[in-house]
Amino acid sequence: MLFPPPKSSAAAQPRRVVVTGAGIVTALGLGWRVNAEGFRSGRRAFRPVTLFDVSRQRARIAAEIALPAELPATQLSANTARRLDRASRMLLHAAHEAWTQAGWEPSDNLPVVLGTTSGEMSLGEKFLQQAISQPAQHRRQATRIVHYQVQQQGLNLGSAFGFQGPLTTISNACASGANAIGHAWEMLRSGRTEKVLAGGYDVLCQLTYAGFDSLQALSTTPCRPFDAQRDGLTLGEGAAVLTLETLAHAQNRGAEILGELIGYGAATDTHHLTQPHPEGKAALAAMTAACLSANLAPAQIDYVNAHGTATPHNDATEAAAINRWAGERAKSLSVSSTKSSIGHSLGAAGAIEAVVCLMALRGQWLPPQDAAGTTDPACDFQIVRKPVDVKIETALSNSFGFGGANATLIFRRWP
Amino acid sequence: MNRIFVCGLGAVSPAGWGVEKLSAALDKGEPVPVQNITRPGWEKPLRGRTVPAPEKRPDFFTHPRLRRAGTITQHTVAAALEALGADAALVQSGTLRLGIVACTMSGSVVYSRRFYEEVLREPAMASPLIFPETVFNAPASHLAAYLNTHGTGCTLVGDGGTFLQGLTLAADWLLSDQADGVIVVGAEEMDWIAAEAMRLFHRSAIRSGGAGAVYLRREKSPMAGAELSAVTDSFLFTQNQNRTEAARRMRAQLPADAPDELLCTGAQNLSRPDAAEMLAWRDWTGARLAPKTILGEAFLASAAWQCVAACAALARGRFSAANVSVVGTNQQAIGARFLACAKPAEITGSGQKAVGDI
Repeated sequence: MLFPPPKSSAAAQPRRVVVTGAGIVTALGLGWRVNAEGFRSGRRAFRPVTLFDVSRQRARIAAEIALPAELPATQLSANTARRLDRASRMLLHAAHEAWTQAGWEPSDNLPVVLGTTSGEMSLGEKFLQQAISQPAQHRRQATRIVHYQVQQQGLNLGSAFGFQGPLTTISNACASGANAIGHAWEMLRSGRTEKVLAGGYDVLCQLTYAGFDSLQALSTTPCRPFDAQRDGLTLGEGAAVLTLETLAHAQNRGAEILGELIGYGAATDTHHLTQPHPEGKAALAAMTAACLSANLAPAQIDYVNAHGTATPHNDATEAAAINRWAGERAKSLSVSSTKSSIGHSLGAAGAIEAVVCLMALRGQWLPPQDAAGTTDPACDFQIVRKPVDVKIETALSNSFGFGGANATLIFRRWP
Repeated sequence: MNRIFVCGLGAVSPAGWGVEKLSAALDKGEPVPVQNITRPGWEKPLRGRTVPAPEKRPDFFTHPRLRRAGTITQHTVAAALEALGADAALVQSGTLRLGIVACTMSGSVVYSRRFYEEVLREPAMASPLIFPETVFNAPASHLAAYLNTHGTGCTLVGDGGTFLQGLTLAADWLLSDQADGVIVVGAEEMDWIAAEAMRLFHRSAIRSGGAGAVYLRREKSPMAGAELSAVTDSFLFTQNQNRTEAARRMRAQLPADAPDELLCTGAQNLSRPDAAEMLAWRDWTGARLAPKTILGEAFLASAAWQCVAACAALARGRFSAANVSVVGTNQQAIGARFLACAKPAEITGSGQKAVGDI
């Protein structure tokens, strides 16, 4: 039963939560290894958009993924696999990597928590286009309706890996991926369950691209987070999935542990639907809450993977929030936005950046962003601009979204 | 103590604005009249049930964040404020920590369609005012802004059963002391594109729109009209488990037939969509209520109306318990069980409305 919660959840001590598998798909490539190499070197993966017509848009680039035709072997029938939408394919690649790494087996009660802003919206677009241009033509329309819905991608995972369990899809705009992982953490920490598959995904689509362009939030050049001359974000796409377990469960089965998720905080910014409060109050609240739950002071955070979209508003607000949150520590605090490499992947961003934090903690390096920039003087902290090997124990990741959704995750290196 | 109480209900439906209108329509037992929905490029209109204009323009319409907001936001806020009752002022003053769980399947259909039509015509002219309203969490954001609450909030997207998952999330937040109260809203918007999509799956199905809200707290306040007793596991529809099997397993987790209990189903009086749920509950001999047969199919709003109707019936002392069954469109079968709360004697003259009095 989902409610009342199991008696085990009434335990006084919260469970420790670890990551035993991580899968990632970005414009840098498929999988942990190629992405780790890309993020470590600060490689940028932007190119002209080919998925839809951008000829009448102001901006024309994005971090578009070259998705292979082949899918990993799963329990999906050949027919189903062949018909999978782009979002499901991306998610399946990421989930397969995490699932394989964790060595999980099919189960009858595996909760899945995913974050996305729009699922497979391109199918919704095609539905509307055909409904307008050919009202009497209904061919493929029902299929488009089914597959554009966000729950479909999660359901495909259940069929692919042969598991059952509650599927929760969170759509808190660009914080969705972080909220999904944070929600999974809360489920594990409270003892509600022993393992959760969690992550985020989003694919490029015309509606979203045109939407950000209409807000004049897109840069015509690759984005420059925290740069004094920044002029907007660059959209991207991707998926990242984590297999999360209680420490006891992971240790009992002898699983390799990639890192520990030690803190999560969330807060709502009611200032404006699309603009954050200038002082970053909710961002500060989310970071503070995450530190509180991790039982850490800001001085104990070694690296911040910022939301850092490169819009004038976001970066100014986030800089103010980080300055205030870190205090004196800010001067020596290393911060970077990996959106400099792969753009803003919206609902996937929080999950992808969680994996980047795990990579950095595992590899003991910091991911640099664009090397040529001039840091906004509003930043009291150090922007990582060159590849650097360094000893780090903790990494904090910020994700903020439309509607004022703010979420922060904190990871710790597993010895 | 894992007890969670329903301390308020709210509804905006084709029957009108308010739980009273919803209850009256369900008591009457006659389907709300169907309207013709103009479908551009097609002579024959589509059919659907829309929410009538409010008899009196709600005050919140003038709030700066809500003036341009879509109908899904207006309905969400109206249902939430009705459910919160006097507690809304406590939230606005910062006295009560409120969590917000908004649930939807289709989200802002009207603005999404309008914005994409603009994009197809001329992307450079697409409205920057409309685009932000298309995101799934816009209604929850506007509600939080209206109530001036900065606490925990979440928008869940899925089929009808997701509303019951939302109740579970709310209960978790309450039990872990992340909030003093949580409002769970299910909302869907009506538009010709939504009605057309529905028609592709069943020609007789009637799409509708609106919102329903359930306000949960840990304390058994005078407002409490029902107690959340259980939410079953979520049984997914996958390659290895069809709707019938999922519905059967959901049913098995809820109690056996009892004469003084209510069953509130998602049936629409349509043979194919109803088959799995009807089979699962064929042994039920007690009272049944099927709000969709009166109000139409509004996915998450429908699931919310089921819960609202069940709790309102309990609060009126009609039943000792109510089971809510949701066999969704394409995701899951899931059920919930509510128990009647004996109304405290002090409710009379307390100034606060009990759920059953709304």
